[in-house]
Formats: sequence, C-alpha cells, structure tokens
Amino acid sequence: MSRYSSDNQAHGTCEISFTVNGKQETVRIFPMARLLDVLRQELELTGAKEGCGEGECGSCSVLMDGKLVNSCLIPALQAAGASLTTIEGIAEGTQLSAMQTAFLECGGAQCGICTPGMILSACHLLSKKPEPSLEEIREGLAGNLCRCTGYMQIFEAVVQAARGNAGAKR
Amino acid sequence: MPGQKDSRMRSDPADYELIAPSTLQAVIALLASEPGKWVPIAGGTDLMVLYGAGKLPARKLVSIWNLAELRGIEVGAHEITIGAGCTYTEMREHDGIAREFPLLASAAAWTGGIANQNRGTVGGNIANASPAADSLPALLVYEAELILVSVRGERRVPYVGFHTGYKKMNLDSDELIRAISLRRGFSGYLHYSRKVGLRNAQAISKVCIAALGRLKGGAGSGGTIEDVRIALGSVAPVPIRLSNVERIAMGKSVEPDLVRLARKTVTAEIQPIDDIRSTARYRAAVAGNLVAEFLQQLGGSGKTA
Amino acid sequence: MAAENIIGKSVPRKEGRDKVTGAARYIDDIAMPGMLYGATVRSQVARGVIKQISFDPQIEWDTFVLVTAKDIPGKNCIALIGDDQPCLAEGKVNHPEEPILLLAHSNPHLLRKAVDGVWIEYESLPAIFSIEDSERRTQTIWGDDNTFKTFLIEKGDVDSVWTKADHIVEGEYTTGAQEQLYIENNGVIAAFDREQGITVWGSLQCPYYVHKALMALCNLPAEKVRVVQVETGGAFGGKEDYPSMIAGHAALLAMKSGRPVKIIYDRLEDMTATTKRHPSRTRHRTAVSKDGTILGGEIDFTIDGGAYATLSSVVLSRGTIHAGGPYYWPNVRIRGKAVATNAPPHGAFRGFGAPQSLFAMERHMDRIAQVVGLSAVEVRRRNFLKPGQTTTTEQTIREEIDLGKLLDRALELSDYDAKRARFAQGNEAGPVKKGMGIAAFLHGAGFTGSGERYLASVVAVEGCVDGSVSVLVSSTEFGQGTNTVLCQIAAEALDLPYEDVRIAQPDTNQVPNSGPTVASRTVMVVGSLVRSAAVGIKQTLIANGSLGVSYSPEEFRAACRRHIAEHGQLRSLARYEPPEGVFWDDQKYRGEAYATFAWAVYIAQVAVDLSTYSARVEDFVALQEVGRVLHPVLAKGQIAGGVAQGIGFALYEKVVWQNGRMQNGQMTNYIMPTSADLPPIRVFFEEMGNVHGAYGAKGIGELPMDGPAPAIVNAIEDAIGTRFDSVPLLPEDIFEAVCAGGER
Repeated sequence: MSRYSSDNQAHGTCEISFTVNGKQETVRIFPMARLLDVLRQELELTGAKEGCGEGECGSCSVLMDGKLVNSCLIPALQAAGASLTTIEGIAEGTQLSAMQTAFLECGGAQCGICTPGMILSACHLLSKKPEPSLEEIREGLAGNLCRCTGYMQIFEAVVQAARGNAGAKR
Repeated sequence: MPGQKDSRMRSDPADYELIAPSTLQAVIALLASEPGKWVPIAGGTDLMVLYGAGKLPARKLVSIWNLAELRGIEVGAHEITIGAGCTYTEMREHDGIAREFPLLASAAAWTGGIANQNRGTVGGNIANASPAADSLPALLVYEAELILVSVRGERRVPYVGFHTGYKKMNLDSDELIRAISLRRGFSGYLHYSRKVGLRNAQAISKVCIAALGRLKGGAGSGGTIEDVRIALGSVAPVPIRLSNVERIAMGKSVEPDLVRLARKTVTAEIQPIDDIRSTARYRAAVAGNLVAEFLQQLGGSGKTA
Repeated sequence: MAAENIIGKSVPRKEGRDKVTGAARYIDDIAMPGMLYGATVRSQVARGVIKQISFDPQIEWDTFVLVTAKDIPGKNCIALIGDDQPCLAEGKVNHPEEPILLLAHSNPHLLRKAVDGVWIEYESLPAIFSIEDSERRTQTIWGDDNTFKTFLIEKGDVDSVWTKADHIVEGEYTTGAQEQLYIENNGVIAAFDREQGITVWGSLQCPYYVHKALMALCNLPAEKVRVVQVETGGAFGGKEDYPSMIAGHAALLAMKSGRPVKIIYDRLEDMTATTKRHPSRTRHRTAVSKDGTILGGEIDFTIDGGAYATLSSVVLSRGTIHAGGPYYWPNVRIRGKAVATNAPPHGAFRGFGAPQSLFAMERHMDRIAQVVGLSAVEVRRRNFLKPGQTTTTEQTIREEIDLGKLLDRALELSDYDAKRARFAQGNEAGPVKKGMGIAAFLHGAGFTGSGERYLASVVAVEGCVDGSVSVLVSSTEFGQGTNTVLCQIAAEALDLPYEDVRIAQPDTNQVPNSGPTVASRTVMVVGSLVRSAAVGIKQTLIANGSLGVSYSPEEFRAACRRHIAEHGQLRSLARYEPPEGVFWDDQKYRGEAYATFAWAVYIAQVAVDLSTYSARVEDFVALQEVGRVLHPVLAKGQIAGGVAQGIGFALYEKVVWQNGRMQNGQMTNYIMPTSADLPPIRVFFEEMGNVHGAYGAKGIGELPMDGPAPAIVNAIEDAIGTRFDSVPLLPEDIFEAVCAGGER
C-alpha cells in the first residue's frame, strides 16, 4: 500500500490519501502544504480555523488517529494514511453529540471561532479521561484559547457531557 | 492549479521539498549523500512554527515522524531507552518514566498543550536546542546518554556537554539522534523541578530547573549531601548543570550558610539575558530562589521517588 | 399571556448550532469566483518622509494589481469623526505599519513575496512614543500641540477644599496598551461593479461605519455602497473602526482590478498594525477629611491616542466621565486629554476609557484608606454615591441603588473577612502570600450625553411570507448574544415562540441603521426599539381586525400571511426618542451623561509566590446590579469573559514596544490566560430594573472590564504590602519592587 505517490520524489506536488470523518480522500498537494490548508481549501472543511499559525491557540485542532493535534503545524505528507476527525465529523448526521449539545446548553460557544477546536479537544479529553476532575479539564483544554467565555461555561459543558456519557452507559 | 490555493502563512509550499523514506537506513543514507542539505523533521512543533512565519531557512526536509526505529520505550534491567521519536505524551503516559524519571514526565507535561505534546518529540527538543527547552534540564541531571546513528554506525555520547554553544552540538551533519538512554537507579533521590513561565500552560520558560539530591542516611536524616545535580534552562545559551553549586554542596549538610553560598554561586555561574520574555535580573533572582528551595527540600523532610 | 415566557430564560443561541458543528461561515471560510488576494505594504519607520519607492526587478509586476494613494477616487481618509487618518500614506508616514500601498494577485504566496519586494526608502524623522514626550512637544506630530482633544469637568469649588482637608492624598496611576486578541483576525472581501458599486463582506461590528467610510473614500453615493457583516469571531471593540480601513483597502483593489478581493490578516499583521486599548496616565490629588470622606479633588486623565485621532475623543470622554468612580464628589475638577504619539492609532476595546480611569480611582481609594487609617471597605462605604446625590457631571442618581448593601453582599460571597484573617496568619509561613482586594465601580451604558440622539437609531421588525417574524437591525453578533437577545425581545413582545423569530443578516441594503454595536447599547437601546417595532406590527394587525388582542401563534402566523398577501408587506419601524428629562451640556460636560448606570463590586483573592514573584488570582467574585438579566447564561458568559480579559489586562498582557512597533505580535509572546490560569470566576447579579432599557435591562458587555485590574492590584498590595500603581503588573515588576524594598 502506498499512502502517497509522487510524480517527482524531490519536487512538486504529490498525491496523498487519508480518511477524513470516515471518508477516504485523495488530494494532489505540495508535501509541505499545511494540513490546515488542505482541510480548508482542498476539502472545503472550513470548521478548523487559523487563529495564530503557530500552534498556540488551538483553533486549528483536529484529531489525527484519535490524537489531538494542531493542523497548522502538520505538513500534509505526514498525514498520509491517517484517520482524521474534524468538527464536521462529530455530529451523527443531524444528531448533535453530547458535547455539542452541552456547549449549546451551557454557553460554551460565544463567537464560535475557537469552538470547533475546543469541542474536539474536549472530546479528546473525555476519550482519555471519561470523568475528568476540574483540574484535568483545565489542563486538557489549556492548548485551546478562548477570548470570549473566560472558560467557565466551557468547563460546565465538559462536565455535563461527561455526566451525560456516564448516564448513557448505565 | 493544484497546491496553489489560499493560505495565510508566510512560506510558499512550492518552495519546499519534503520526503518520507520508510526506513531509518534510507534516511541516514540520504543525509550522508547530501550532508547539510536535508533537515530532519519529526513532529514539526518547532520547524513548522518557523515555516509558518516565513523563517525556515531549510528548503529540503526529510520526515522522520513515522520511523518505527525511532519509536518505543524499552525498559531494560539497568536502563530505560526512549526512542528519539517518542512524543511528550508517550513519555508522560509511560509508567516506568513517570515512576523513575518523574522530572522528564513533568517536563513533558508542561511543554505546550496536549496537541503539541502529541507531536513534539524528545529528540526534536534536543536537536532544536533551545536554551529554554523543557526536557533538557531533566536529561542533564539524569545524565542521559544519547545514541546517535549515521551510515558509519552508532555511537553513544553523554548528554552532559552535548550542546557546545547556542544551537551547536556534538552531532555530525549526517547524524540523527536515535534514542536516549537513562540509567536507572534514582530511587532514594529527591526529584525536584519547576518551570517558571508567564502562564501555567503553553509558556516558554523564563527559568526552568531540574534537580536531584540524596542525603547520606536518606531523606530526613539530616545527613550530608551525598549526590546533587542541578540543571537550569533559560539562563545561558544552552541548558546547563550548575557544577560549581554542586561542588560546594557535596558533602555538606543543608544549613542556611550553605544555601546562602549556593545562591551566590548560582548567580556567578549563570548568564541570563534580557529578552522579550523577561529580564536578566529577574532570571538570576528566581534561579537563586529555586536552587535554595531545592536545597531546603533536600535538607528537610523532602520527597523521594 | 401575562407572565414573561422568554425574557429571563436561557433560550438556545440563535446561531449556536452552526457554531458547534463548524457550519458557521466566517470571512476566511468564504471564497468568490475570480477572487484575488490583497495585501498591504506598510511603513517600517515610525515617522518619516517617503523618499523613494522601488520594485524588485525579479518580480513580474504587471501580473499584480497595485494601488497607491493616487488611485483613491474620493478623499484619502478613513472617515470617522475627524478625517485626519489617511487610507494610504502619501509622502509621509506617522507610525510603524502605516499602510502605504496595496497589492493583489491570485496567488497568495506570490503576493507575500511581492510585499517583500517593494523597497521603500525613508528619511526618518524624530518620533515620540510616550505621553510625556508628547506633552513636552519633543516633536510636534499632530496639530499645533499634539493634543487630539481635551475635556474639563468642574463641579462645586475645588480650589476651596485644600485648606479644609485633614489629608491631601496624591497618586499617579498608569495602564498599558492591551490587544483585543479576538481569535479571528481582521478580514474582508470586496467586490465592485459599475452598476451596483462596492460590496464588502467582513468581520466587523459596525456596517454603517464602514458604509460611511467607503462612500467618502470611493466617492460613491449611499445606494452604491453595500456592507454585509458575516459571522465574526470576536471583536471587543477591535473591529469597531478598523474594518473601515481594511474594507477601504479591499474596495480600492476591487475597483482597480474589477475582481473580488479578499484581505485577511495573519496574527502578526493584525497585532502590529491594528488598534489597541489606549495607554493611560491618571493623576489624583484629593482632599480628604479625617473621617475618610472626600471633600474634593483634581483628576488629570491622559490617554495616548497613537498617530491619528480616530476614536480617541470618545474614549477620552468616557474615561473622563468615569474618572470619579461610584463616589460622591462635592467638588471636583477633572481634566481629560488625548495626545498623539507615533504608534499605530489606539482604538476601542471593551470599556473604552473607563477601565483606565477606574483603575486609577480604585487604586487611589485604597491609598486614601491607608493615609486616613481606614479599611478598604470602610473608605468606600463612606463615599459611595447615594440616590438623590449627583455624580461628577452633576447627574442625579435617580434609582434606589444601595452600594453599601452591594458591597456587603460581595464581602459575604467572597468570604472577605474570614479569608483576610486566615491570610494574615498563613502569610507568616512560606513564600506564598495571599490577599484580598476590592473594586467598586459603575459603568454608563449607551452613548454618552447626546450621542444616542445623534445616532437616531432605527429598527425594523417585519412579518415574513411564511408567518415568521424578522428583526432588522445593523447591530451585529460577535459572541455577545445580539441575535439571541433581540429575537427574545421580539418574541416576548409578540407573544410568539422564540423559534418563530429570526434576525436578518446585517446588510446595509436590507437593514436600517440601528447604530454601531458598541457602548453596551445593543440590548438596552436597540432592544428597546426592537420591542417597540415588534409591538408595532402586532398593533397593525390588531388595528385592522386581523388579530384579536390575545391570540395564539398559529393565529398570528395566519394573520401575518394574510396581511402580506393583501398589502405586500408587514413592517414596523421604531426610531430612537431621547427620554424625557434627560439633559446634557456638551460644552460644560455637565448633566445626564448616560441614561443609566450599572453598578458593581468585584473582589479578587490573589496569591503571590515570592520565590518566583508571580501573582495568580485564586478566586474572583463579580457582583453587579444590571437592571434585568434577560438571558442568564449569556449574561454570565459576558461577565466571566470580561473578567478574564480584565485579569489578562492586570497580570498577563503586556505590549512590548520598540520605536512605536509592537515586538511581541504573536500569541507565543503576547500572553493571554489559558484555561489553566484563570480562577473560578463567580458571577452574581442584582436586578433593580431600568426604565430606559428593554424589559428593564442595562448594558453589561463592558462593565466587567472595569473591576478586575484594580481589585487584583489592591489584593497584591494586601498580600505583600508593596504598592503598585501600574498595569500590566508582571513578575519582573513585582521582583524589582520587592527587592528594592518597597514602593514604586
């Protein structure tokens, strides 16, 4: 299996394949194109945003093979063969996830620009720590900057989503 | 036109080459064939920041992100060997490292946020050689050994002294860091570290300390210092061991006089600067405070690993 | 239906679903066919004459669109209040990053290289960068005397109080610049065609400000300029006037090229080139009696406006009026002054002058307490304004506010006394010292004085063909809840479900001018008009017999549809009417400065670690009286978010300047608090109602910015006994003061 093939190993564009939100995609792109730009431009998945271009704000966060990453810092070639999840893949059709619903109910989204990254970050946290303490939530989300909320209602949303998940399992 | 679409960043992907050979052998062969031309890129958390800002001088990059030979953490009888491609997350989540090398685990925990910990690697931290690099003081006090690899084979070098100057190191232009080896045997020591940044997360350090100490007779014995290692980041062009402070502390009891002398010795041993994040005076004062705090903990009830 | 069904409930955010699914479209998510990218070539010097512009011969310039000042069809200025700010510098530059020329190209990477390929030679002129240099006229860079604006407020007879004083307390307090740091950078797309004129879509707060600026710049009549706000990722004032500049640039490129042009800044450009909070210096000299009551005083409030006037006169106005805080001043003289320096012009940022002058006032109250020998609590209690008393502008407090009780409640919520007692003991041992600090303040909502009358806001509410209702305002959503609350108000006024009301996109072709989205006026002033207009369409239907006085939603929808089928439209306008008995003298700066004030007492608990000299806030109580809380979740979110920005203003956010240019224009080095840095922010409300606001609401968006900085610095002094009179207060500053052994 070749996850990527290129016309010219050293110069120019190449074809890179990966899965996004369960769907196989192949793009022809420069290997050093940023994953953020590939998602936004090639695949028109504009949920991931650019807030800083240097991996500080987290608004470009996506899940790559289940791990939270800043897509503005990933060269496209390194995403070859990966399984990516963006905000567009979080809802099940029209059914919002528990986290999305919690963000809506608790006021976790104000201007919304940090929200896609924040929700993915929160989902990632719960995948590792299903019932996180407040300290763990603070630490887990520390790579996602929010200028609007002061984070308080985001914490509430994460706690609510965790409880909802716990409730669902019982 | 493919690959020419919109982007906010300040470099043109068309000007760069990036390839990803699938074996370590292939990578080192490439480095040997064109020394100095290819820059290895692992998780990219340093290089891609420069790239986004239009400040990456390298034009040819070779990805070492997916090399299996650089991954993995092996626990042997006498040493733990960490693949240079291990991420901060992998180090944090490894029981052996968390238990026996807590300073490395805590450094990993305070490097960037979770997303950057999932991509940043210990090898990258060493090779990027920022004086503020979070894990390097811990490697200095644990006296890590680096396993370097090239077409000429492998060699082991002590990490202490690896950096010879600002961004200069004992690494040939066709060599890669393959692994970091840590000798086990630090139970019974006090492990102490602190990072001082402008905020609790995602901060470049202003001063960073990692220290180990052991008293004759064990913790709380009031005995003399049997072994002490102190390393600081962000106070010199490279992270440094405070060998003078260690020398004056060895064999002594932790008394106020020793702490005072240690503070003076710290000030003499470091070369902090004023920069965009902090001042030399502040760094010097805090460095002294942190060393004093470490010694006081060592002399007091203390914590042991 | 008598009881309120929707007001007071936390209904779902109108555009919330799009935001949590990634469907919300911000300007950089939008592309247009044939679109070019635009970029700005900016000054590299703070002040100088442009001697020569040359172009790198390696670049194929004929593939680029190039715009200079000569291409401007109308007036080369960004029309706002004065017209002194050029759209493109011509001949001389007055601040670093000043725009000089514009480029566009279809390849954004080639565009970036082209910007670097424009070589400009300057003859540098000496520049000034501080308020003091500006006052001294080391150089005269604006007008005759570097002064954009002054105000004078005089009440009573200040000159007579000094001899009666038991104490005269002086202090000087300074605040630094602060970057708004919306996570979405400034961006617009402009298109031009000869028939329709200019259309601009963008991330912005005030579509009609941009509209006015483009008319003047492009020499086009009102109907040939169209401005549309799209989903906006944070603004906080930073997108109040700046969008007129970036829109102007995109419009010029669109006019020249005939293609749509997108300009989006990256973080470095946004931080270094656009507006920030005005740095300030406040000097207090206060005559105090031995029982701690203020007899009178003088306050000098000065702000640094940067190189051009822009909004400085209005920021100055608000800061000057708020300078006396929530206290009774029988005699006072307040001088406000805005001066010019060679920095990029400073602009609006939540609070708009009040956080600066209130920082000074609340620090000064603690100083008065120390001099007189009273507690921080008592000195405030003895000086609080009471109903029937007048403010510094002689506005009579007509509402039954009891600030003493508000203070008591805050003290209780924060466990102030017990904690201070514990800290007094605990602080003996170890390097971590804890303390508590208070800030009491007020915030006037809406435009100052005659501002609202001058704005003459208009709002429309329309019935739609499907029976739903649409609210048409130029007020924009950028996170604070405009869409949600205005729809709540309309729904409540019409007795309809919230789901039946929507809000039109702010498009100057479609919506009337309800004024800018600033000054915490949207819910209070515009909301009031929305209510009236909503009632208006109900009354139309009732008057013509289509609807009974009491009706179901189905009946309304049917009546609405019938009416439109018959008459073509169902629309009601509401126009702002100044309230009765509200009088303001613009010359003497006296009278009813604001229709209403909100009141607050904030209490901060800090811990200062003397091994690292770092201060962190461990607990924060934010208690405010806000008239009426229309949407609890949104209201709490506004306060918490504002407090977080205030904590940043106090302890984290420092703009590092060198020769007028921001050196730390990246998120790595301009530090805002992360989730790991903030304390629990505990928000509480009192609600006394407000006759002037929709359903009794007062404006609250900016209020929370005023309290945190002084509360925190007061708490730090309580913790370690060292006085600081400046923010941002960084560990390096604490270190220098502590090691120097005392006061700064």
